[in-house]
Amino acid sequence: MQAVRHIVFCVLGAGLLTVLLASGLQPAAETPGAAPREMLSEYGFFTGNMADLVPAEDVVPYQLNTPLFSDYAEKSRFIQLPADSAITYDSVDVLHFPIGTTLIKTFWYPQDFRHPEKGRRLLETRLLMHETGGWKALVYIWNEEQTDAWLEVAGDRKPVSFTNANGHTVSLDYSIPNLNQCKGCHNTNEVMTPIGPTARQLNGDYDYASGPENQLQHWIKAGMLRGLDDASHAPRAPVWNDPQTGTLADRARIWLEINCAHCHKQNGPASTSGLFLLASEKDPVKIGIRKTPVAAGRGSADLQFDIVPGHPEKSILVYRMESTDPGIMMPELSRKLTHKEGLELVKEWIRQMK
Amino acid sequence: MRLLPILTLGALVICQQPVYAQQDMQKKIQRQLIMAEDGSVIELPAGQFQLSSTLSLEGKKKILIKGAGMDKTILSFKGQTEGAEGLRVSNAEDITIRDLTVQDTKGDGIKTMQVKGIAFKQVKVEWTGPPVKENGAYGLYPVQCRQVLIDSCIAIGASDAGLYVGQSSDIVVRNCIAKNNVAGIEIENSLHAEVYQNEALENTGGILVFDLPDLVQKKGGYVKVYNNNIHHNNFPNFAPKGNTVAKVPAGTGVMVLATSHVEVYNNKIHYNNSAGTAIISYFMTENPINDSLYDPYPSNVYVHDNDYLRDRVRFQGKGRMGMMFRFKLRFGKNVPHIIYDGILNQEWTDGNGRYKPEYRICISDNNNASFANLDAGNKFKNVSRNMDLYDCSNPVATTVSY
Repeated sequence: MQAVRHIVFCVLGAGLLTVLLASGLQPAAETPGAAPREMLSEYGFFTGNMADLVPAEDVVPYQLNTPLFSDYAEKSRFIQLPADSAITYDSVDVLHFPIGTTLIKTFWYPQDFRHPEKGRRLLETRLLMHETGGWKALVYIWNEEQTDAWLEVAGDRKPVSFTNANGHTVSLDYSIPNLNQCKGCHNTNEVMTPIGPTARQLNGDYDYASGPENQLQHWIKAGMLRGLDDASHAPRAPVWNDPQTGTLADRARIWLEINCAHCHKQNGPASTSGLFLLASEKDPVKIGIRKTPVAAGRGSADLQFDIVPGHPEKSILVYRMESTDPGIMMPELSRKLTHKEGLELVKEWIRQMK
Repeated sequence: MRLLPILTLGALVICQQPVYAQQDMQKKIQRQLIMAEDGSVIELPAGQFQLSSTLSLEGKKKILIKGAGMDKTILSFKGQTEGAEGLRVSNAEDITIRDLTVQDTKGDGIKTMQVKGIAFKQVKVEWTGPPVKENGAYGLYPVQCRQVLIDSCIAIGASDAGLYVGQSSDIVVRNCIAKNNVAGIEIENSLHAEVYQNEALENTGGILVFDLPDLVQKKGGYVKVYNNNIHHNNFPNFAPKGNTVAKVPAGTGVMVLATSHVEVYNNKIHYNNSAGTAIISYFMTENPINDSLYDPYPSNVYVHDNDYLRDRVRFQGKGRMGMMFRFKLRFGKNVPHIIYDGILNQEWTDGNGRYKPEYRICISDNNNASFANLDAGNKFKNVSRNMDLYDCSNPVATTVSY
């Protein structure tokens, strides 16, 4: 099946090239692995009714121990590896995915978080495709009928309404990123990269059709992952809201890492700030403790330091996490709501800090 | 019904600056910015465009973004709901932005990061309405860029700096106007910059040259500030506290903070009623210094051939700095034009306790200048108004390529 699809693409690709040349246009310098498809269904990631997100045989679901907060949207993640290839293990950075890998992430809201059976609305599916020229991001927006999703480079906004876990109705203008915004976060040394799938984030159980199993172990067994003999030898990121999995500090730090450190790291877009929030950062000033802000503008809230131990109310970090004003809030993209539970976690961490 | 086309035509003629529906235009411009081939020109027509989120350009080479003219193509971000900047350019090469105005962004006006070759020409960034701390921080904001040119631009109302260049190198800022910002023009942790023929007026501080701790580009310097008209920078400081500029006293003309190799000359520095020119160490901010690689002392600063004037009024700054002048320094209305905090790095001194020639602060040949060394490291005990010790020359050479 893989081979057939490849041939079809080559024919189409060659056709496109001819058209481009005939019309006097320059083709892209590095011919990428695939011209983006117009519709999500064309990739064949899912079988049966598209909106049910039932993966095709070579598509594997996964989850992260502590994911990025995205306005309370639920996310369904899948990975497709090219045939006869495997991921190379890395104990620190994002795993090394072979050329031809696609990471598939669909964002959706249940009608009612207390009653998942009432149905859900899929909003967008984001693809990260690893091509010879590097990673490429694409965004597909689902139609109202929930039959398919269409490529959109310039982003969009969709009014969304759902009932939250406390039974309150929440409404927001859900924001779908444009392709530049993808790069705004998926960026290390100005090169596009995945953020979530590190060994430590994947080192947890997933409820597969065959029953719950450690994801790394599952990948090793399936021949998807090389360089690690057993999941027990890999580091494990805590689950931010599960005290069984880590100390308060560890859980606050992993929350800050996944929500902030894609920019706030030495080689990330917020390197200008000098605030570095990887969980592995050891220097107290670099994680914000008694650090003065650099270019915070009114994000400083008239406060002096990013973090004042014992005083979340005096900490700029907390103020910016709480705000929903685009000129103040952090992260600055893909957020219209405050992550109240994450905020509480970080506040408690700062409150107990000496 | 027949009248309709005529009416429509009439409306077009009357409204020279049509306001376009936001969502369409937002997507249209953003799509152009994403799809632009290297080497292309993106032309923005005349008109006022109401935009709701940041426009961005990423990973491109040799792009010209061109409006129909400053005040003709107006990108208004009033009521912006997404992203903090108006326009953001990143990871790019040889980008020019010209002939347009960006208004009322929630955060910075135009931020460019990791760009090699960025030029702004005839670009205005402004916050309409009174200057308040709710305004965005920076007007033009190139950071971590190389080869920066800001020419004939205008910045009004920024709650930090109107024209700001940070952690960059090879910089020219010329022929610009900065008004009603906290800092008019600021060069921060940047190497090799020339700032000339600008007018900085009615800001809190006119032109600032700063080196701050805890940043990726540690060391700035080799900055020349000349032929500028720096006047009436007495605007009350409206920066949100916590930001370093919030500590700049109203009435500052030029401030050199913790930077080395700075030459300030041939400027008109008039009616900046607190400090026409201040040369100070980072200790004056009273912020803690945790960065072991940071150098908090200004050195090799050469201030000469400037023309000074001030009103006979008291020091204008408020806060701790204001208290210091009122109760400790007691200059009254005879505030010196040039102040130096006098805090020395002992490692750079000679046997007489003075800086060796290569570190010296030189102040000479200024017109109508008075001076004070505040002796700030010694609780202001021996304030000296004698300029003779600083009669030397220490010119700065830059490698600016424009």
